[in-house]
Amino acid sequence: MRHTAGIAPVLIRGGRVVDPSQGIDGVADVLLEDGLVSAVGGNLPADAGVRALDANGMIVCPGFVDVHCHLREPGFEYKETIATGTRAAARGGFTTVCAMPNTNPPLDSRAAIEFVLDRASAEGAVRVLPIGNVTAGGKGDELAEMAELAEAGAIGFSDDGMPVSDSNLMRQALSYSSALGLPIINHCEVHELSKGGSINEGWVSNRLGVKGVPGSAEDVMVARDIALAELTGGRLHVAHVSTVQSLEHVARAKDRGLNVTCEVTPHHLTLTDEAVMGMTAEGSRYAPLTRQAYDPNAKVNPPLRSPSAVEALIGGLKDGTIDFIATDHAPHNAIDKMTTVDEAAFGISVLETALGSLMSLAHSGDVGLPLLIEKLTSAPAQFLGRELGTLRPGAPADVVVFNPGLEWTVDTAEFASKGKNTPLEGATLRGRVVATVFGGKVVYGGVE
Amino acid sequence: MTLTASAATKSRTNIARTRPAPRRHVLDLDDYTRSEIEEVLDNAEAMSEVLNRDIKKVPTLRGKSVLTLFVEASTRTRVSFEQAGKILSADVINLSGNGTSMEKGESLYNTALTLQAMRADVIVIRHPHAGAPYLLARHLDAAIVNAGDGAHAHPTQALLDLYTIRRRFGRIEGLKAVIVGDINYSRVARSNMWGLTKMGAEVVLCAPPTLLPVDFNRERLRTEDHPFASITVETDLERALEGADIVMALRLQRERQEAGHLPSLREYSQRYGINARRLEAAKPDALVMHPGPMNEGVEIDPEVAHGVRSVIEEQVTNGVSVRMAVLTALAAPRRRSEDGE
Repeated sequence: MRHTAGIAPVLIRGGRVVDPSQGIDGVADVLLEDGLVSAVGGNLPADAGVRALDANGMIVCPGFVDVHCHLREPGFEYKETIATGTRAAARGGFTTVCAMPNTNPPLDSRAAIEFVLDRASAEGAVRVLPIGNVTAGGKGDELAEMAELAEAGAIGFSDDGMPVSDSNLMRQALSYSSALGLPIINHCEVHELSKGGSINEGWVSNRLGVKGVPGSAEDVMVARDIALAELTGGRLHVAHVSTVQSLEHVARAKDRGLNVTCEVTPHHLTLTDEAVMGMTAEGSRYAPLTRQAYDPNAKVNPPLRSPSAVEALIGGLKDGTIDFIATDHAPHNAIDKMTTVDEAAFGISVLETALGSLMSLAHSGDVGLPLLIEKLTSAPAQFLGRELGTLRPGAPADVVVFNPGLEWTVDTAEFASKGKNTPLEGATLRGRVVATVFGGKVVYGGVE
Repeated sequence: MTLTASAATKSRTNIARTRPAPRRHVLDLDDYTRSEIEEVLDNAEAMSEVLNRDIKKVPTLRGKSVLTLFVEASTRTRVSFEQAGKILSADVINLSGNGTSMEKGESLYNTALTLQAMRADVIVIRHPHAGAPYLLARHLDAAIVNAGDGAHAHPTQALLDLYTIRRRFGRIEGLKAVIVGDINYSRVARSNMWGLTKMGAEVVLCAPPTLLPVDFNRERLRTEDHPFASITVETDLERALEGADIVMALRLQRERQEAGHLPSLREYSQRYGINARRLEAAKPDALVMHPGPMNEGVEIDPEVAHGVRSVIEEQVTNGVSVRMAVLTALAAPRRRSEDGE
């Protein structure tokens, strides 16, 4: 583990402390000592040697926990590395990120899991928790050695990017992992329905002449997986839900008391498929296309959906159907994206815009700030079953300080991530991280 | 800023108010107004006079370069653009997917940068992926003409179809046009939907539901403000053809059957093939159109394709005039008065 001795105590003063894990929401100071949270309260004394951060007018909350991101290392270092991805996380306020295993080699062995943990401890700016493969090589043919992966430190199993298509194999995976108490995180997509598709099927795909992916490609597999979770008693987590029907399936599963959870991304909560037509804020979805149309940076899997789906996802976040927010940070190199929509890789670089995007929901009043923070902190921490996403004394000193009203323009040249692939380039967001503290150390920003 | 400069700016502003800014690219017909389409058709009329001369050459685009980049196979469209450019005295350079560095894995973006370095005035692009011309328009200074991008658009084909219709009927408004066949995958259909509706024609789409875009399969997706709200769908060909003035058949790609959209080409041909018997439902002077290349015996009966109602060859000839008009509008040196200088 990271050495914590010799870290100067940090006192974050006068911010609005929001810690949903303890039901705290009010102006207070936060004292961090020896890499742990030591106290939250009014007028904490600033002893000699304490580094004080003035958080007046800022929100102070537990560091964000991202259960779903792609750090690309090993194998795709030209897209992202553990070093750059975790620095991007720090800039975005995330102090824990769970790395998906679709690397090369994939994280289907103890050696690969240990490589990620070693690299993270040597070069990572924040905590990295690896996710192991469900199937050997992520190929979907036979189970990976899940028990050993768990022993090595995997927090769950996924072949993300690819679904577990074989229903029997999915049944076995849910059944086998139930003994480990760890979730199967499935990327739900029926390939026969999505094949060749790049964006949401609907007006926009028709308009652009780009092959669409119907929502049913997701719905059908979510329904299947829930049936298999019930059959096996296994623990199912549905990655990045994007459709109304997926939500309905998950809500029903929860009503029946099944061990089923799901997540949603910032982009599926805030963008629609119109982003592929180019971002014209005031433009109608029926307006003529401009040169900005066919934005490959808005191509993501699952695709950005219709306005009514976005509305339903916001509803699902509020009513608890959606357990938490995860970024699905998917950095790519320009060569994977500087092409036609058909040919471009799927994925958006999200870590550094997540908070700014999500704050639009708080500013509009759609989602209360405490709930938003809960979905980024205590809720994903609870999913991981770890003492994270909290400012409880004794917990790791992972804290983010952000200015909720600060307007800024997205400039990917400033990203720490190697992935500049975002449809938000040039967009104005409101809400920005000012400082990120991980394990008691200021890893990003820090206004004195 | 000097006084003179600001006066010049002012006069330019005044002209901009009376005349819309000159078009920079032809990417689709969605951003054309009805009057702009009419202007193209009028200019095409003038160009057809040149085309019918014994010596087919005018100096309009002398010193201008037109580069055709065809990353997908095409004969008639590429040759049509080439001929149009040459009649107008432009230097025409043809690149195709075969034999270029794109074959060696060079990306479209890098090819585009190379073309930029060559200072082409106009780039005519055909590409298997929708949106490729938009990528060029984003990154290059040249005027871009979309000569067909995936299933998205083929604006000059739609313009030549409109031109052919107007030549025959003297008008487009109020005519009933039936587009039959592989609509969801057809860039010709998509561009014609914009063109025909803007010109006031009544448009009917006819295809099995598996070949229709989802908007047209599920009526609830087309609200009142939908640009194609006026377009109707009729899956029965004989009903669709009742009283039609224009019958536009589309090429059926054999891959559709392989992909499971159709049980067989035989069944498709039986239900959706245009033949003489079915045409009896249309108006007696109805035109039969096809963008080519045809699968005779599948979407169109040879007897009809080469019959008296067919204007398919005329479409090809008109294509040259229309493309001459399009290239001229994009690349001809502007007279000083038009630029306000």
